Amino acid sequence: MSQRAIDWWVGIFVLLGIAALAVLALRVGNLSGFAYGNGYVLHADFNNVGSLKDRSPVKLGGVTIGEVTHIGMNPKNFRAEVTMQIDPRIKLPIDTGASIYTQGLLGEQYVAIQPGGMPQNLQPGGTITLTQGAVNIDQLIGQMVFDKASGTSSSSGTNTH
Amino acid sequence: MSKNLVEIRGLHFARGERSILAGVDLQVPRGAVVAIMGASGGGKTTLLNLIAGSLAAQRGEVIVAGQSLHRLPTAELYALRRRMGMLFQHSALFTDLSAFENVAFPLRRHFRLPESLLQKLVLMKLEAVGLRGAADLQPAELSGGMARRVALARAVAMDPMLILYDEPFTGLDPISVGIIASRIRRLNDALGASSIVVSHDVRETFSIADYGYILGSGKIIAEGTPAQLQSSTSPLAQQFLQGAPEGPVPFHYPAANSFARDLGLEGAP
Amino acid sequence: MSDFFVPRLGHVVWETVPRLGSATRLLLGGLGAVFDRHFSLRQWLRQVFTLGVLSLALMIVAALFTGMVLGFQGYYALVHFGATSALGTLIALSLLRELGPVLTALLFAGRAGSALTAEIGSMKSSEQLAAMEMMAVNPLAWVVAPRLWAGIFVVPILCVIFDLVGIFGGYLVSVPVLGVDGGTFWAQMQSNITLRGDILNGLFKALCFGLVVTWIAVWQGISARPTAEGVGAATTRSVVMASLAVLGLDFILTALLF
Repeated sequence: MSQRAIDWWVGIFVLLGIAALAVLALRVGNLSGFAYGNGYVLHADFNNVGSLKDRSPVKLGGVTIGEVTHIGMNPKNFRAEVTMQIDPRIKLPIDTGASIYTQGLLGEQYVAIQPGGMPQNLQPGGTITLTQGAVNIDQLIGQMVFDKASGTSSSSGTNTH
Repeated sequence: MSKNLVEIRGLHFARGERSILAGVDLQVPRGAVVAIMGASGGGKTTLLNLIAGSLAAQRGEVIVAGQSLHRLPTAELYALRRRMGMLFQHSALFTDLSAFENVAFPLRRHFRLPESLLQKLVLMKLEAVGLRGAADLQPAELSGGMARRVALARAVAMDPMLILYDEPFTGLDPISVGIIASRIRRLNDALGASSIVVSHDVRETFSIADYGYILGSGKIIAEGTPAQLQSSTSPLAQQFLQGAPEGPVPFHYPAANSFARDLGLEGAP
Repeated sequence: MSDFFVPRLGHVVWETVPRLGSATRLLLGGLGAVFDRHFSLRQWLRQVFTLGVLSLALMIVAALFTGMVLGFQGYYALVHFGATSALGTLIALSLLRELGPVLTALLFAGRAGSALTAEIGSMKSSEQLAAMEMMAVNPLAWVVAPRLWAGIFVVPILCVIFDLVGIFGGYLVSVPVLGVDGGTFWAQMQSNITLRGDILNGLFKALCFGLVVTWIAVWQGISARPTAEGVGAATTRSVVMASLAVLGLDFILTALLF
């Protein structure tokens, strides 16, 4: 094996390594920019975001239409403020609702959008006011046991508005 | 500049409890080929390694070119070794390099020579051992005798002042033995170097040596020119030179019990 | 009992501690020998080639199968909970944090480490190392240093390729074969894997493994008995010791890093 051939092979080998690292970082890890970078921004306040995090999907009818870009705390009302970016082709009415659901029993959490029926649409930077936070499974089970014990059956959940 | 290139005084060396050299005195005059002979296991190779500085003696000293090897810093030992060449018993050619590259190895490592000059130097060394035509062969393609000659060319590649030979004739056919022997003498004289040949091959060694030492059980038992050694009165030297099975060195390794007792022919005392 | 074990224990300590000392001297001397004038970048490149490039095919095949098995097993475990959407995360996390570095190192020990030990052992038994010293070329610089540094350099690269190919293998099984939604597969993975916490920590593990495996291989070669049997025994010992060291070190690193 000539020195030149070895140089070539080692060069290819190193490039392969760098390329693999780049693909891992961008495709698998979370270094890539947000996929809906050209979307418009919406806010929503929840009383509980559960394990929602940056890059969690925003879905409408099961189809991903955007993603969470930031989760913060609104210091005025002590509610979690979720910032999302939404596909610009999807225009949502102003009475649209947002809920935090879990995929399966142990799956990740996402924001589910329930479109409303009003003629006016939410403007970029607008806020969704009809929200339902994440369901706390402990609370749910506790409530169910309590309901069973008291012989009533009422639905659980923490509706706001 | 002293008359002797190598001087050894009162050298003691032991491996663990086992004493290998017990008070060896030896001189190698400049320009001479000195033979160190003796039966296998007599400490010849150990002595060579002590002269090369790869082993350190417990007592006594080895002086090469005026420098005592005892506690010589590694950098200076390496500087000294650049002026020494050694031919190993198993040739020790680098198996991943061609014959040419083997000879070129020390030159490439120590000097920045233009490729054309390097080419000339290496081919000259290979020509001196008659293997210029085998320059491109790999070590695996060389016969034992040829490999030994390439190794010889490599040992003298740096034009050393001292060349060490560890059993240069072992395992070679008679023709190769003759070639190696004549090269040892010729290279020594052509380079103006001194040589130390460690061997148990009496006839070939005597044919090229100026002076010889016979080593037995860690001591010098006889020394002199080949002619003096041949007429030595030491029974040990005579036994070795004549290859007699019986003599001061017994044929039987000492046993704890008598032969008859080990065979069960005698009752226990 | 104590008559039997105490002297034995003493013997083991008596033998092992100085050996560990000489192995450490070899490691530090070998790593430090990059500054020796006889260290050659060409020799290093040559080792990167033999240790890295020539191990690549093995790594890719092994990674593909590992990823596919992970896909199947993960699917059957998750489908009970209706959580197959987490399959991508499961595959990627297992590979990036554990299986990638560990399997790369184990395969490297078997493929390249054993060859290193055998090569250096036979260089020793055929007096090539002694000849080198006699030519005033330090074997630490010419033989040991290029191999140690190549091992450290090559294993993380092999590992990152192993990770990627493994994830691709997992994808092949999960999405086209088992029918997991492709978008969910990647999206879930992306939202749960971090560059520093998972990918780079895994590669740091691989770097440590590369150092340890190469160190053991070189050390076993250098300290092999200079006979054919001695070199054979050293080669076996090299693979066994390196594999155990990788698994043990993995435990420690996992506890420290994650």
